[in-house]
Amino acid sequence: MFKSDRTFFLRPQDMIGIAVLAFLLIVILPLTLDNFRLQFVGKYLTYAFVALGLVLCWGYAGILSLGQGVFFGLGGYCMAMFLKLESSSVEATKIQTTPGIPDFMDWNQITELPYMWQPFNSLTLTLIAVILVPALFAFIVGFAMFKRRVGGVYFAIITQALAAIMTILIIGQQGYTGGINGITDLRTLNGWDIRTDSAKTILYFVCVALLIACILIAYFVKSSKLGRILVAMRDKEDRVRFSGYDVANFKVFVFCLAASLSAIGGAMFTLQVGFMSPSFVGIVPSIEMVIYAAVGGRLSILGAIYGTLLVNWAKTSFSESFPELWLFGLGGLFIAVVLIFPNGIAGLWQTYIAPRLGPLFGGTAARRASPPATPPASPPPSAAAPAAAE
Amino acid sequence: MNSAVIADTMNKDFVLAVEGLTVSFDGFKAVNDLSFYVDENEIRVIIGPNGAGKTTVLDLICGRTKATTGSIRFKDRELTKMKEHEIVRAGVGRKFQNPSIYEDLTVFENLEISYPKGRSVPGALTFRRDRAVKERVQEIAETIFLADQLDQRAEYLSHGQKQWLEIGMLLIQDPELLMLDEPVAGMSVSERKKTAELLNTIIKNRSVIVIEHDMKFVEDIAHKVTVLHQGKILSEGSMAKVQADPKVVEVYLGH
Repeated sequence: MFKSDRTFFLRPQDMIGIAVLAFLLIVILPLTLDNFRLQFVGKYLTYAFVALGLVLCWGYAGILSLGQGVFFGLGGYCMAMFLKLESSSVEATKIQTTPGIPDFMDWNQITELPYMWQPFNSLTLTLIAVILVPALFAFIVGFAMFKRRVGGVYFAIITQALAAIMTILIIGQQGYTGGINGITDLRTLNGWDIRTDSAKTILYFVCVALLIACILIAYFVKSSKLGRILVAMRDKEDRVRFSGYDVANFKVFVFCLAASLSAIGGAMFTLQVGFMSPSFVGIVPSIEMVIYAAVGGRLSILGAIYGTLLVNWAKTSFSESFPELWLFGLGGLFIAVVLIFPNGIAGLWQTYIAPRLGPLFGGTAARRASPPATPPASPPPSAAAPAAAE
Repeated sequence: MNSAVIADTMNKDFVLAVEGLTVSFDGFKAVNDLSFYVDENEIRVIIGPNGAGKTTVLDLICGRTKATTGSIRFKDRELTKMKEHEIVRAGVGRKFQNPSIYEDLTVFENLEISYPKGRSVPGALTFRRDRAVKERVQEIAETIFLADQLDQRAEYLSHGQKQWLEIGMLLIQDPELLMLDEPVAGMSVSERKKTAELLNTIIKNRSVIVIEHDMKFVEDIAHKVTVLHQGKILSEGSMAKVQADPKVVEVYLGH
C-alpha cells in the first residue's frame, strides 16, 4: 500500500521543524540578544516573508520573480501611509501652509489630501489594503503575463523592469509618495508609540507570530493538491494543461500569494523600522531577496527563513567591518549556491545532517533522505536532493 | 469489426469529424485540407513517413496548435475554438511522444493529478484524497502494471514504465477519445508485448487514435488505417487495403 493516508497537512518532521524555529525566535534569540540586536532580527524576519513567497512561487512553481521588492514596498507603503496620516494631525502640522496633511505634500504645494490617501485614515482599510493591493497588482501582472504564456526568463526580466518602474514612479511622484526620502517620521499606531524599546519588542513578537502563521499557510498550500500541481507544472507544463487544468490560473494564484506574503513583511518592516523608502522596492533589494531564498534553499519553506536570517546577519556583520566588500561577498555567496549547493542550506541539511539525526526522530528524516526502494540505476547525486528538501 | 467500419459513413454520429483542416506555418502547409471521421469505439491508426503531419494532426485536435482553416467536431462540439483544458474536460485525452510525466512526484501523485476532480484553484486547494480517489488510483495502477511502485518517484521508472504511467494518467481521466503518439517507441520486445495487451484492455468503450511506425503493432490493433503524406491523406481503409495501395508502396519504398 501507499503512504498517502495523511489527514493533517503537517508531517511530524514539519511540526518539529516549525517548533524548533519558533523556539529559536521566541525564546533563544530574545534571551541571548540585547534589544538593539533583536530589532535587527525583527527587521531580517520581515524579509523572510518575501523569501517564503519565493519558495512557493520560484521553488515550487518555477516562476522566478525578480520584482518581489515591489510587493514588499506596496505593503510597506500602505502601512506607512496610515502611520504618516496619524502623525500628521492638524495640531502636529500647524506650522504648514495646509495643516493636517503629510509634511512632504505641503512642501510640494499640495493643498489637500489626494484621493489615493483617503482610505488610509482607517486602520481596518489599511490592513485590508496591505494584503489586497499587492495581490491585485500581482493579479493584473500575472494575468497579463501568464494568460499569454510568458514565462521563464522573460517573466523574470519583466518583473525586474517592474521593480525599476516602481522605484522611478515613487521617486518621481514626490508630492504623493514622499519621493526618494520615502515616508519618514512615523510615530504612533492608533495612539501607541512604536518608537520605544518596549513597543519594538512587542512588534518583534507580532512579526514572529505572523511569520509562523504564514509558514503554516505555506505548508498548507504545499501539501494540498495545488502544491503538487505547482511542482508538476514546473516539470511538465503541457502535461498539466492536457490533464484539464488552466495552468495560467495556478500561476496567477501562487504569484498573488507570494505578493501578499511579501506585503505582510513590508508592513511589518515599516512598523519596526519606522519608515519606508524606495530603496526597498528596486532591483537590488528584489534580487537580494531572491538570494535569501536561494541560500536557504528554494525548495524548503523553513530553509528560506534560515537563509534570510543568515545572509542578513552576515551582511550586517560584514558591513560593520568591511562595508565595501559586502557586495562582493553577496555575489560570491550566490555563485557558491548556484555551483556548489543548488538546494541551499536546506539541501545540505537534508543530505548530510538529517540522515544522522534520523533515528532521533523515529526514522522519518532518514526514510525521506534515503533513495527510494529500488532505483533502477544509480541516481545522480542531485536527484535525491529535491525529494529530500520537500 | 474491421469490415464493419469501412463503408456506411453517411448518416452516422461520429465521435470525431475533421473537415477541411489546414494549418500553415509561414506558408508551409503541414496539414492540408484534411478530412477524416472516427467512429465510436473505433481504433484508428495514423501512419506515414516522417514529416507527414501526423503529430500535427493530434496537436490540432487537442488544441496545442490552432488550425488556419477547417473544423474539428467532437461529439458535435467545435474544438478549434476551445482552449486546451476545455478540450480535455470535454473528453479528449492525449499522450505525448516522449513520456511526459512528473518526475519529482510519486506514481501515486502523478495519477492523482490526472484524476478529474479539483481542477480549479479553489478545487485543488480543498481537494481531499478520499477513498474513491485512492481506489481509482489503485485500480489504474494495477492496469498499467505499476501497483507496486505507487510510492516510487516517477523519475526512477524505466522508459517503458514511464510510457505506461502516462497512459494511466490518461485512463484515469476516462476520455471518450484517446490519442496516443507512438506508444511503443523505444520499448523492449517484452514491454511492447505488454503494451499491446494494455492497449487492448483500455480501448474498450472509447475511440482511439494511434500514431505508430511499428507495422506489426499496427496490424494487431488497427480497425482502420489512415496514411498521411505531406499533410494530405494518401490512402485510408483496412490494413490490407492500405498495404496493397500502390501509392502507399511508392511513398514508403519508392524514395
